[in-house]
Amino acid sequence: MIDLFKARLQQGGQTTAFPVAKAELPARFRGRPKLDGSKCRDGCNLCAEACPTMAVSTRPLKLDLGACLFCPACQEACPEGAIAFTAEHALATRTREDLVVADGEAKLAFALDAAMQKLLGRSLKLRQVSAAGCNGCEAELLALSNVVFDLGRFGVQFVSSPRHADGVVVTGPVSRNMEYALRETWAAVPSPKVVIAVGACAIAGGPFAGSPAALGGVPVDLPVHLYVPGCPPHPLTLLDGLLRLLGRLGAPKEK
Amino acid sequence: MGEPAASRASVELSGPEVAWGKAGGAWPLADVPELTASGLRSACLELCRSGARLSALCALGPPGERQLWAVVADDVRGRVGLAKSRLGPGEAFPSVTSELPQAQAFERELIEAGVAVEGHPWPKALRRHRTLEELGGRTSEAPPHPFFQVEGPGIHEVAVGPVHAGIIEPGHFRFQCHGEKVLSLEIQLGYQHRGAEELLMRSPPPRRLSVAESIAGDTAVGHALAYCAALEALSGVEPPQGAQLLRGVALELERLHNHVGDLGALCNDVGYLPGASWFGRLRGEMLNALMELSGNRFGRGLLLPGGVRFGATPDQRRRLLARLPLLERDLRATARLTFDSASVASRFDHTGVLSRELAAELGLVGPAARASGRDLDLRRDHPAGIYRSVKVVPAVLSSGDVHARAMVRWLEVERSLAFVQERLEKSPERGLSEELPGLRPSSVAVSMVEGFRGEILHLAVTDSSGAIAGYKVVDPSFHNWFGLAMAMRGNHISDFPLCNKSFNLSYAGHDL
Repeated sequence: MIDLFKARLQQGGQTTAFPVAKAELPARFRGRPKLDGSKCRDGCNLCAEACPTMAVSTRPLKLDLGACLFCPACQEACPEGAIAFTAEHALATRTREDLVVADGEAKLAFALDAAMQKLLGRSLKLRQVSAAGCNGCEAELLALSNVVFDLGRFGVQFVSSPRHADGVVVTGPVSRNMEYALRETWAAVPSPKVVIAVGACAIAGGPFAGSPAALGGVPVDLPVHLYVPGCPPHPLTLLDGLLRLLGRLGAPKEK
Repeated sequence: MGEPAASRASVELSGPEVAWGKAGGAWPLADVPELTASGLRSACLELCRSGARLSALCALGPPGERQLWAVVADDVRGRVGLAKSRLGPGEAFPSVTSELPQAQAFERELIEAGVAVEGHPWPKALRRHRTLEELGGRTSEAPPHPFFQVEGPGIHEVAVGPVHAGIIEPGHFRFQCHGEKVLSLEIQLGYQHRGAEELLMRSPPPRRLSVAESIAGDTAVGHALAYCAALEALSGVEPPQGAQLLRGVALELERLHNHVGDLGALCNDVGYLPGASWFGRLRGEMLNALMELSGNRFGRGLLLPGGVRFGATPDQRRRLLARLPLLERDLRATARLTFDSASVASRFDHTGVLSRELAAELGLVGPAARASGRDLDLRRDHPAGIYRSVKVVPAVLSSGDVHARAMVRWLEVERSLAFVQERLEKSPERGLSEELPGLRPSSVAVSMVEGFRGEILHLAVTDSSGAIAGYKVVDPSFHNWFGLAMAMRGNHISDFPLCNKSFNLSYAGHDL
């Protein structure tokens, strides 16, 4: 027992300072991209050609974070430096359109409406459904519960039964073989409930977009309340998105 | 602990006709002998009886021109053997599973692909689900899939999944129990099927690498490495030294983050919370080390056919080298407390035992095989890249239980940490990537990587124009799922989560 205490003391506190202080990520980390369409050469389409998921379009230069795998291919392909990934981890949005970034400001997630915030703001229970996720997004969702990110301190928790949940977190491109189980799980969650789409696959099919074996993301008839882009999203990106959704990060409230 | 190399069974040289070569190599298609279906069957059987393993048995090519391919690994001599066969119209492949159980999943995959396999003892599609296909409004030609059932007084059935009680990939487990005791477990997967092999053939090249990295997200480096190595073999390019070194560092960091994460998950399943918390945190540190090098916690974006995208700057090396000893200290303290704990030992010891004979018969690979006394490790037996100049000593134990699978992981954590530190301390090698010319036409390449779960195999065939005409991926999980089912027999059903975690197999890697 004494050894346990010694080891505990030796390791010290490990919980991240986020959201009280800003988290430090290494310079090479690829978070929110900065775009500068004014640098584009006439007729140049190199970034779009290099992109594995057709997330980049030119004239005007746009990047769809929902489809983006955050690989550096477009940044490398551009001879003018018009695309640069920054270490900024805040990426989640409330609408699919807000994921498409151009030169302008980030349109980060706004909070749920007042009634939903009253219900879920201090206690959100989520059921995770991996619908052909590769275990990348799943691993990062799991990491949210470790001592570093400690999701429980915000009253957010992953639960086993959909009956105990306030919503589902979907990962993966939704294989045809998982569509039924996903819909059944969603139906088993009592209303009011939310859907959170995590990762490029759940948002837009990711590298599996267009595969006949998958739907290419969360079915269109499920109402998605939060999109968390990434391949997989960093736990801080997930945490940031969840806190914004719950109105706990000082983000502007829903209009 | 380990068996001496001399006692490892050796394959007769004068065996059946197959094309031998090194993993990571390429062959002109004309050099690979084309056998009859029964010739291919007996080649697999004879070579495996004399000590080789069946690494792949698959069908490649469009239906009319479909060929069966077999890859056997001769671990003692460090070579792989290839053979192929073309089935005539209406011809069936004579099943070898009854005599060579390690072929069972491969043959079920053939059945699923529409190849007639005659005499398979359990001829059920691996991934297709008739019920699900019909529920989804699709017309299904998949055969119905009854589950194996045990009958008798007091026997009951437990069905679990596809949606499980935690954050975990989907799969279905069907137990036949007498009270708490599991008599049989049948594992039905397929929920994760995304069509990865298809996409590896027909997507534009930038997409293919992303698909390879997503075959199993926890093995992004391993599968990307196998994919890149297959392309490099097909274009006759050797990546520069600097790239090979960084690929090795990334592969070992991947082994580290997964093994450390698994140790934490095992602690969690036996209610040993200090281990669960600390290993969980330390896994994150390993992911952060990969992020330092690659910009992504899972190492995505680091590898490129021909080399790597980024080098390690002196600053990065310094930061990592300063951090690693602290992590090692915490890892050692946590491992010592965990393995010394009586409550952990009482759950780990003698749980989910898989004998050496069974592990060999089922063709298990990776840590699960080594925990059952199989002295196999591709990094030593079929070395490629940096492993040709670094000696890897496999961690082999003999008890085949949860404890052995946990301990093999811990030993590998220690060795991989030392590997990473030594490589980072050396002065950086030059060269990050080579440009790949076009792929050689009418050729086949086999690449094998010892991922953290074991043997990752990629098999790529090009047509006469140098385009990829056939691509096969074998994730280590494909070999090992049946091992979990067998290890559960006679155990309590309440130990299933623990046994499952001790194998930690990939659902996505199996389902592709």
